[in-house]
Amino acid sequence: MRYWPNKSLFAVLTLVLVNTGCASIEPWVKPYERDKLADPIMAFNRNPLATSHLNHVQDSREAARGATGAGGGGCGCN
Amino acid sequence: MAVTNLAMRGSTAALLLVAGAAQASVLPVDRADVMHHSYSGGGVSIDGPAVQVRSKVGQNLSISGTYYIDTVSGASVDVVATASAYSEQRKEKHIGFDYLAGNSLLSANVTASDENDYKARTVSFDISHDTFGGLTTLSLGTALGDDTVGRNGDANFQEQVKRNNYRVGISQIITTTWIMALNGEVNLDEGFLNNPYRQVRYVDPTAPLGYAYQSEIYPRTRNAAAVSLVNKFYWPDRSAFTLNVRGYQDSWDIRSTDYEISYVKPLDWGFTVEARIRYYTQTQASFYRDLFDYQSQLNFMARDKELSDFSDLTSGLGLIYKLPQFSFFKGTAPEITLQYEEMFYKYNNFRDVRVRDVPAGTEPLYELEARVIRAFFSLYF
Repeated sequence: MRYWPNKSLFAVLTLVLVNTGCASIEPWVKPYERDKLADPIMAFNRNPLATSHLNHVQDSREAARGATGAGGGGCGCN
Repeated sequence: MAVTNLAMRGSTAALLLVAGAAQASVLPVDRADVMHHSYSGGGVSIDGPAVQVRSKVGQNLSISGTYYIDTVSGASVDVVATASAYSEQRKEKHIGFDYLAGNSLLSANVTASDENDYKARTVSFDISHDTFGGLTTLSLGTALGDDTVGRNGDANFQEQVKRNNYRVGISQIITTTWIMALNGEVNLDEGFLNNPYRQVRYVDPTAPLGYAYQSEIYPRTRNAAAVSLVNKFYWPDRSAFTLNVRGYQDSWDIRSTDYEISYVKPLDWGFTVEARIRYYTQTQASFYRDLFDYQSQLNFMARDKELSDFSDLTSGLGLIYKLPQFSFFKGTAPEITLQYEEMFYKYNNFRDVRVRDVPAGTEPLYELEARVIRAFFSLYF
């Protein structure tokens, strides 16, 4: 027997998702609430030069590269 | 380039010095950094200075420049086996432009890296855009690399590598204390991708050690994809935790994952402490062997330990000290930083051929400990 969830439940969930998607979603963290996120300790890449060196050492020793998450950058080559 | 990857191949670093291409909507802060970096481990030492300056020019443009030197010396396990110790230097120059246009940040970077046997040229373009009331930042980027590979002692040897890189990212503010980023990157390399010095070993009953060496042969293409997820949390005591996980896979059948936790906490008297721990593990390339069964066993053959099955663990500590403002240079904020890392590599299929009194292929597995130090002075202005 093919497994398939209850079709009614599936229809209800689809309706809920569609309706939710149609509703406008407002930014839920206001600019005046972002003081903690703006703290330098929350920066993705606080010291670019040091991070570059760190990533370089890792890339030289490991096969993986890229998507380091350091400010959206990464090594383009190896 | 010599025989080890730690010779800091220019291409490896080509874009790294421009990483951190900032978030949209604001230009990166003006700062100048002078750093001394040092790596030692596995018989190899690499150190040198680096300088980076970034400054706004007008309201919408920021220009950065970097000068970076690696001086490599020593003899890694590869060198001990098949070549002699060496010493060489790599110099890298980079200039970058970031232009702010409304909620978008456009970036262009050019990097040139030169060693006596390896030259790399890279250009990259990135755009990041703030949307959804500043809660979401989307980023897109590409880089083109053109490398020239030489071989010391062989003036007729010259090969090329073309590199194409594409990346996409989204960072999302989740709550007032939680931000998340998802990054994806594809790398397409084509050309001479192996090291012209490194060799593979194969069983040879007629050889004194029971094995002999031949040059390694790599495919001329390598396609790779990586995805990372970063979560950053602000803690009520004014500290921050970062959790990072990354997955990687390439057309050479290497798969890897790495996990990292880092912590930063400002203290009294202008001090800030940092700590991080990272675990990395990877599978080996399909054409990697520690000891091939016979000469020219496969079309492609590698014995580069960076392509082998291994894992490594890194732990690091950092201390930052905010110096008093200079009386002769008002409005600046100087600080000094010291970062120290210990790395331990455990190879599961790369044997230490310096041990010669055992049958070929039964040598102990290789292990490596390395220490990295970065000391730098930063001036925000």
